[in-house]
Amino acid sequence: MDEDYDVIVLGTGLTECILSGLLSVEGKKVLHMDRNDYYGGDSASLNLTQLYRKFRPDKAPPAELGRDRDYAIDLIPKFIIASGELTKILVHTEVTRYLEFKQIAGSYVYRDGRISKVPSNEMEAVRSPLMGLFEKRRAKKFFEFLQGWKDEDPATHQGLDLDRDTMKTVFEKFGLEPGTQDFIGHAMALYLDDDYITKPARPAYDRIILYTSSMARYGKSPYIYPLYGLGELPQAFARLSAIYGGTYMLDKPIDEIVTDASGKFVGVRSGGETVKAKQVIGDPSYFGAGQAAGGSGKVRVVEEGRVIRAICFLKHPIPGTDDLDSCQIIIPQNQVNRRNDIYIAMVSSTHNVCAKDVYVAIVSTIVETDIPEKEIVPGLQLLGPIYDKFVSVTPIFTPTSDGKSDNIFITRSYDATSHFETVVQDVEDVWKRIMEKDLVLKKRDLEVQE
Amino acid sequence: MSKQYQFKLVLLGESAVGKSSLVLRFVKDQFDDYRESTIGAAFLTQTVTLEDQTSVKFEIWDTAGQERYKSLAPMYYRNANCAVVVYDITQSASLEKARTWIRELQRQADPNIVIALCGNKTDLAARRQVTQEEAKKYAEEEGLMWGETSAKTGEGVNDIFTAIAKKLPLIAPPSARGATRGAAGAPARTGVDLNKQPVAQNEPCNC
Repeated sequence: MDEDYDVIVLGTGLTECILSGLLSVEGKKVLHMDRNDYYGGDSASLNLTQLYRKFRPDKAPPAELGRDRDYAIDLIPKFIIASGELTKILVHTEVTRYLEFKQIAGSYVYRDGRISKVPSNEMEAVRSPLMGLFEKRRAKKFFEFLQGWKDEDPATHQGLDLDRDTMKTVFEKFGLEPGTQDFIGHAMALYLDDDYITKPARPAYDRIILYTSSMARYGKSPYIYPLYGLGELPQAFARLSAIYGGTYMLDKPIDEIVTDASGKFVGVRSGGETVKAKQVIGDPSYFGAGQAAGGSGKVRVVEEGRVIRAICFLKHPIPGTDDLDSCQIIIPQNQVNRRNDIYIAMVSSTHNVCAKDVYVAIVSTIVETDIPEKEIVPGLQLLGPIYDKFVSVTPIFTPTSDGKSDNIFITRSYDATSHFETVVQDVEDVWKRIMEKDLVLKKRDLEVQE
Repeated sequence: MSKQYQFKLVLLGESAVGKSSLVLRFVKDQFDDYRESTIGAAFLTQTVTLEDQTSVKFEIWDTAGQERYKSLAPMYYRNANCAVVVYDITQSASLEKARTWIRELQRQADPNIVIALCGNKTDLAARRQVTQEEAKKYAEEEGLMWGETSAKTGEGVNDIFTAIAKKLPLIAPPSARGATRGAAGAPARTGVDLNKQPVAQNEPCNC
């Protein structure tokens, strides 16, 4: 530890590990530390022993759940959008060689008391039980419009301007019912609330196209998932960093972020040792987590909301999903009189995350009341009998400064979205703050390994 | 028709016992006296052809220095078919460390993993602290393969990898046999391949 580094990274969550990997490849000398004795921070996947240690320190896992090592339980439920930004980084950095992916087998949406498959194009829309006969025709026209849109060809615009007209105008143009708008905006564009409706339609259009192109890529759903759990992702990027010279220290308590008289970053103290670097990156838990931190008395991160997540062990697939081994179910907020959607993400032994005949469903939403556990009841009710349940309510922290003045660069907590697009945005944002240039993933020719 | 196998091999052992040098000797037949800690490839590959023309391709994972502060990721052991646990014959503490790694493997890795204990730096035999008898006895007790090498002179290096190559096909799970795909350790990959461009047309929907 008696060396100087370019960057110290605190916490081995996915955001921090992607940054470590990219910075090491760029030639930076990186020291990466974590207070835990496992990789992944908040985005880790835990085995049974670790899960019980975290949620029920006084209880041992029941023997009937099977072998400890067969479990990799995600703390944050997210899936990878097949054609999304994380996929691009995985391919660009070639960490795909350490990982193996499977599809998520289905994508469902809740409407009027039941769940149905999310149609992803006009053909599926016509067959979907989500809509009545006339609504199907309207939806078909809507999807044809989206898929036919070409910026340079006004004939495809049907009088609409995606950059000016709101999504409300677009929905109204095709006469879509509120319930249809719900599944398009929430289960395809993946908006968590209805704010998008009164904004220009372009981002919603982009998100729907991302959904449909991801869906078309592998067929069953727009999502893919790494075998052995999401915790494999930070590990893969940590290895990338290590291969390019990054130094890794787990199980290392971080006692102080040391700054000079002007508040600029100097180093990190662990026990009696202080290790110095030009810059520090870390997740909010290393920077006071909402409290004024250390001698500086400065509040470095603030809470901008809370997420409730209930990890549920089931002994059966989710009812109404054709016994699929994995799925996502979205309950749009309007359907249950909320402001934020409820998400269900389910995986199983097909993804090597639990014993055979166990299914792990995580129900989550943004907290709106004083009794968050009551808020997820509509989601829990879709699961059937729940064998066991581990509930957490976690604050979402965001940094108060961009770090340029003190060389302290803080990442954001993992949000309630069902995918990693916002994680990649955070990576790009931190990169830009640190490197003072955009993160450019050079296109590389994919070589086939012999 | 000759048989082909592919296996994931992981290296373990204390820092500076010569793990990377051993691989470099095996894969490229090179040695560098002042080699610092590991920087470089994601993994290296080398194929051993046995007398009966069976070819065994090793995908060799180096620790990339992550063992130094007890920070090896579980991913490292995942699906490893064999492990070479290296100690330095001139440092008896490094054999103790090797024992710790072997216990870790028995706990974390696949129960069928083939483990070879390897005493490196026989070129420094004058400073030997670990006797052959002691190491061999321990290996026998634990059911490990054992050998001594010198990455510097090349002595014993091919022997130990060849011995592993001979043993692996006999006990490998059927799924590992004739694994076809390049990257994966044991089983041929069944999941989706991100590197493959979509087969369907480039239209946003498949209709």
